[in-house]
Amino acid sequence: MNRVYMDNAATTPVSPAVLEKMLPYFSECYGNANSIHSTGLDARKALNAARKKVAAALNCNPEEVYFTSGGSESDNWALKGVAFANRKKGNHIITSAIEHHAILHTCEWLEKQGFEITYVPVDADGLVNPADVEAAITDKTILISIMAANNEIGTIEPIEEIAKIAHAHHVLFHTDAVQAIGAIPVDVRAIGCDLLSLSGHKFHGPKGVGALYIKQGTRIDNLIHGGAQERGRRASTENVAGIVGMAEAIELATANIPEKAARISALRDQLIDGLTTLPYVRLNGHRTKRLPGNVNVSVRFIEGESLLLRLDLAGVAASSGSACTSGSLDPSHVLLAIGLPHEIAHGSLRLSLSDTTTQEEVDYVLSVLPGIIEYLRDMSPLYNDFMEAQK
Amino acid sequence: MYSEKVIDHFSNPRNVGEIENADGVGTVGNSKCGDIMRMYLKVDDNGVITDCKFKTFGCGAAIATSSMATEMIKGKTLKEALKLTNKAVAEALDGLPPVKMHCSLLAEEAVKAAVEDYMKKHPEAVI
Repeated sequence: MNRVYMDNAATTPVSPAVLEKMLPYFSECYGNANSIHSTGLDARKALNAARKKVAAALNCNPEEVYFTSGGSESDNWALKGVAFANRKKGNHIITSAIEHHAILHTCEWLEKQGFEITYVPVDADGLVNPADVEAAITDKTILISIMAANNEIGTIEPIEEIAKIAHAHHVLFHTDAVQAIGAIPVDVRAIGCDLLSLSGHKFHGPKGVGALYIKQGTRIDNLIHGGAQERGRRASTENVAGIVGMAEAIELATANIPEKAARISALRDQLIDGLTTLPYVRLNGHRTKRLPGNVNVSVRFIEGESLLLRLDLAGVAASSGSACTSGSLDPSHVLLAIGLPHEIAHGSLRLSLSDTTTQEEVDYVLSVLPGIIEYLRDMSPLYNDFMEAQK
Repeated sequence: MYSEKVIDHFSNPRNVGEIENADGVGTVGNSKCGDIMRMYLKVDDNGVITDCKFKTFGCGAAIATSSMATEMIKGKTLKEALKLTNKAVAEALDGLPPVKMHCSLLAEEAVKAAVEDYMKKHPEAVI
């Protein structure tokens, strides 16, 4: 049986074209990009070309692109770097309740260092209200960080509007665009952000490599200290193969977004329509302001992990925001933030699509899921009691 | 992360369902934490558990421990069933990940709750 991979928000397979571009940088072109000899120079050239590609995809100058080890490092650097470089100006940061843990846990750490964080709430669709952000700004606010699109429920946030508000108040604006790159157009000039995080493996590039866009003139401290790589701002010998792969991947991923998004969102809508016609299944996240590849539903009376395991037995890879998959006793902070009660949040299912998702795979998932849901509900005392009460 | 036995009991759970007019029923856990287990017992005049079924809302480990617990107490006396420990259930499944040990505790508590319910309904019974 062919496996159906619908967990592309977790990671994507490296596309063959990307892998092919990367391979020489493990073998014949192994130089350290900082070396003076021609072996090093070859690596340097590849690095420069990669930086240009990433800059072109984001619509910025190559000098504004800094390579990192991934989305989490980019988020950590943006928040900690801006916080410490600007703390004479103020100690207040604004973010949202549904950010990725790379943002939220960094904010919690910054609170211990004396910074104050405001976590603006979201509405039932997961949307941040720009007016809430504006109302939270004080004369101590130095940074606002709101994600471009949510990783769990796919809601696309009004970041252009929030960036304008930030700048009207002379506050820096960062966005975690890890889920957005390749899915929706991301243009740093159009958004008006000062900093933007991205991660290679979310758009068919390799793992362990990402980037932080830093607008020229932005005050930010270093996070990784050491050598003079990345114009003295981020030490560590460059991951040339990874960077080359990510650059190739971002070029491919951003080449034909409208066409790709139309195809993938049509498949997404089939899944959403098919699943939400089942009884006691609800969609999480905004219906239209939504990533093309994101489906997130809550299936009442069953628990997410058992749903994932049953799907896995049927050959389908998916994910959930249940406590049992989050590694804690609480279900996903995102599902709680949009107002779901615990027991409904436990039964969430995320199916995330990509360029490689086919119509046959969508049909297959829609053919097996109703039976799995029925089976698990049959053994659920919650469902039992609910149906008894309905009689 | 799960042992083969856990996957086996999750994939093909034994004794799923309910017993009509059960002699003892116990429900433990709460939906807020994501686990609810309900055990149904049929007990004969000698205090032997002749049938046992379960319904569980919960993760893979919760379903597997419920299934294993029913297997372990079927055919046993109520007295023996009360001696079932969460450790024994976990061991019978070739172990559980540390974060899932509370599921085995739930199985032990579900059995105890079902036996207690039987005792309440049959105050004359001696075990």
